[in-house]
Parts: sequence; structure tokens; C-alpha cells
Amino acid sequence: MGTKYNFAFFDEGSKREIRRATLKAVAIPGYQVPFASREMPIGRGWGTGGLQLTLSLIGEKEILKVIDQGSDESVNAVNIKKLIVSTTGVQTTIDTRKATLIQSRHRIPEIPLNKEQILVLQVPIPEPLRVVEASEHKTKRLHSESDYSGAWLMLFEQIMKYDSVTHGADYPVIVKDRYVMSPSPIPRFDNPKLNNSEALILLGAGREKKIYAVPPYTKVISMAFEDYPFRVESFSGQKCHLCGAQGVYLDEIIDEKTGEAYYQCNDTSNCLMRLNGGK
Amino acid sequence: MKDFQTPILVVQKLRKQFGLGCDHCRDMKPEHLEKNYCPKCGTVYACRDVSFELYEGEILGVVGESGSGKSTMMQCLYFDQEVTAGTVSLRSYKNGKNMFAESAQQKRYIRNNMFGMVYQNPIMGLNMSFSAISNIAEKLIAAGNRNVAAMSNRGQDLLDEVNIPLFRIKEPPKNFSGGMQQRVQIAKALSNNPPILLLDEVTTGLDLSVQANVLDLIKKIQRELNISMIVVSHDLAVVRMLADRTVVMLNGNIIESGLTDQILEDPQHPYTQELVYSLL
Repeated sequence: MGTKYNFAFFDEGSKREIRRATLKAVAIPGYQVPFASREMPIGRGWGTGGLQLTLSLIGEKEILKVIDQGSDESVNAVNIKKLIVSTTGVQTTIDTRKATLIQSRHRIPEIPLNKEQILVLQVPIPEPLRVVEASEHKTKRLHSESDYSGAWLMLFEQIMKYDSVTHGADYPVIVKDRYVMSPSPIPRFDNPKLNNSEALILLGAGREKKIYAVPPYTKVISMAFEDYPFRVESFSGQKCHLCGAQGVYLDEIIDEKTGEAYYQCNDTSNCLMRLNGGK
Repeated sequence: MKDFQTPILVVQKLRKQFGLGCDHCRDMKPEHLEKNYCPKCGTVYACRDVSFELYEGEILGVVGESGSGKSTMMQCLYFDQEVTAGTVSLRSYKNGKNMFAESAQQKRYIRNNMFGMVYQNPIMGLNMSFSAISNIAEKLIAAGNRNVAAMSNRGQDLLDEVNIPLFRIKEPPKNFSGGMQQRVQIAKALSNNPPILLLDEVTTGLDLSVQANVLDLIKKIQRELNISMIVVSHDLAVVRMLADRTVVMLNGNIIESGLTDQILEDPQHPYTQELVYSLL
């Protein structure tokens, strides 16, 4: 290819615009900041929001990790990584502890993040009230007036119908006692990791043109009624069949020959690290 | 002792206009308007300085033809629409402070704690795809309740009160008949024990036996819970049955007010006379 791209694909003006939106998002935790989402070389809905955040933040010394549903090696993660590396030349890693910038689709890594790291989450639908209110004009007003009865009603209806909250992923949270936020489709299991996180967490929705953030050490509470407390998925004593890990998020896999279910770490890099004796 | 002398709700010079108005119509004199709109600039004066009072435990009837401003007035009182001018004060809210001047958050608080509203069209008042019990919980949630058991008990009691069978309370109202939907709306409006209930043409479009059912229910609520109500209807029979006092509206004005019997037996204004005598 003869075309020479600017460092990190974007021109500097674009990066600046995205960073400005990001700064505003950090200043107002949980508030969805509109930004001029750009046309990207991957399709909308494939992580363009996260990719734009990553490209606007990345520097030459950054060490990049990209995860797709817990896996470092799935097609989506690999392609995003390739694009970023070919326009920046940064180092990549699968080791969560070594990465300085982590772009992730639908998981927060098992290893606790530290204050030197930034986690970028890809978001398909940033608006937690969209299910109850179709109009953007109205949801903006509901947020501004802090009127979240619609979100509560959604949980109540699920409890009435199924006697428990049925959100498996994207379970709404209240950020710093103010904004109700969609945490992107991370499993409920990862919700507690948002609370008081040491790392900066940025969320980008490319198709919906929104950026929002959970700054370090911010209170993030999962919405729950007094008598129906928030619960994470339980794996009832199951452990990873490879590394034996318990208390991590497990995938249930069905053996096609025997029809038996077995469990495996969802976070592949964590599993690999354990298999290698913690290195 | 209860205070029967001071009204619970006072509405003063409530005005709602659609359009800016012009020099020709701004004084709202009848000779400058065609019914309630200005032929020069097209401004509609839906409510022209409507004033009335509501006392504790009383049912106030509002009658008038289509387009006389009844529903607009109700929607203004429930903050569904912004008023152009005027004041409304509630005895139990901040010593009678004008509620129209409050912030959007405060208005929502008042809506959820002081008023219950039953719309003519249940689609306006209910979420048709959420279960009946969730519809009732919605108002409780909005008022700050976060306890599922308490809300679902309250919802069951209310739905039982309005004769919705227990085994159907988890169905969405879109599965219900018109009369049932109306009764769910009433249950929802009552959920926070509001001192005031606003009923906008609640029996219009229901067949006669169902109408009687709903009217009975309203009477019962008044008797047992001592709630004040404003009942809008174009049906004089409904007003005769429910209302202690009645106001008659025409082209956005109140043209006559008094005891319901008095108005129906001895109407003074030519329009009221026409209305009463056209009763079959």
C-alpha cells in the first residue's frame, strides 16, 4: 500500500475532538457526551466507538491489549489490534498486567486493573433508558431531571414476571449517585469491578456517537430494589477445566459427543497465565 | 378538626393559548375572537383566565362541549402542558405556593404525590405492554419507593379494589377490555393516596353497564377515601350523578358555576340552558 496514514490513523484535529469529548465525559461521570463519530475502516457496531477512543489516546510508548468477549485471539480483537499496530507501531501484549491501554468488548479482565491503565469498552447501546423511551429528546430530558423511574420499572416488571432481574449483561448502574449508565454488555459478574476502579474506564459507542466514562475511584452501584439485592452469576462450585480457577467468569461448553457440560475460563489470558504458573 | 372553609385547591386565572396572539386578540374580548380563536393571527385561546376552587372531599364537575377547554385545563393542572399564565395552589403544598412556577423536578414530585390522573384514553395513562401491576408500581417507583414486596402488595390491593381478578394482574393492559383498562388507570391514580384525583371523560366510550360500574367505583372512592376530585365530562348524566358542584365551560371560559342541582334545574346562561334542554 502506498498510502501513508497519520500516526494512529486519525488526523490530529480528529483526535483532539475525541479527547475533548473524553475529558468532558471524565468530568461528568456516567454522562453520555455526544461526539462526531467518524467513518472507520471497520463496520459500525464492530467496536468503532472503542477504536476511536483508543486511537485518540494512544502514544508511541503505549502497550496495547485488545480483548473480544474475554479472548485475545478472536477475529475481532486480532483485526482491531492489527489496524492499530499498522498505523502506530506500538507494542502489544496479552498480559493484562503489562498493558497500559486495554480495549475490550464485553468483559473487564479478571486481574484487577491499576491506576496506570486505561480500559476502553465498546458499547452498542449507550442509553439505559432506550427500552422504555424511544425518543432521544425525551431520554436526554429524563437524565437531566434524574428521572429514572423507567429504568426501575424495567427491573420491577422482570421481577413480577420471572421473580428475578433477567438482565444477564448490560445491567444498569448508578454512577456517583447521579447518572444511570449502561455499562456496555459486560456480564453482571463484572459490574462490581466498575465500583471504585483504580483504572480509568472509558466507554465509546461509535454508531450512537456517544462517549462516557467512569473515572478512577468512582462509586458505581448496580440498580437493585431493597428486597431484591443485586447478584452476580453463580457458577455453583464449578471450576475451569484447564486451569482449575474458581471465582472467575466461566463459559459453559457442551461436549458435542457426550452432551456433557464443562466449564472454562472466559478470560483466556488469565487462564494462560495460571497455566504458566502465574508468569 | 378538619378545615372545611379553606379550599384544598385554588386555580386563579389559568390561561393557555396556542400561538403568540396579536394586537387584535390580546385582550381576549369575545367580539375580537371567533369562538376561542383569533381570525387574524390564528391564536387559539384554549383556556381564558379560568378560576375555581376545590374543597376537601368534594367532587367538582366540569361540563362543556368539545373544544371548550376542559381537557386542556386538566392537562395544565397535571403539568402535561405548560400554562401561559395563571396560578394554582394546593393547601398542603408549601403553604399554597404557586405550583405552575415550580421547577420540572418539583412538578414531577407534585404529580407523583399530590395528584392522580385518569385520562379519557387509557393509552395516555398506561404503559400498554407492561403488566397491570407494574403500571401501578410505576407511580410508586416515581415517588421513591424501592421495595418490591410493598409495591406489589399495594398494587394487588388496589387492583382488587377496582375488581381486576388477581390472576390477571400480571397481564399487560393491552389484553384488557376498555372498562378494565379504565379501572387499572383509576387504581394507578390512587396508588399514592393523592389528595386530588383528576378524571377526564373517564366513562366516555364505555357501554352503559360498564359505565355504571366505573361510576360506582368513583363514588365509593370518594365516600371511603374522602378524596377531592375534578370530573370532566360532556355527559350531564355523569355529572349529575357524581358532582356536588359544577362549572360550565364554553370557548375556554367558565360561564356558569354553582351547585349541580341548581345548574341542571335552573340554568341561567343561554348556553347552559341549551345544554340542559338538549338532554334526552
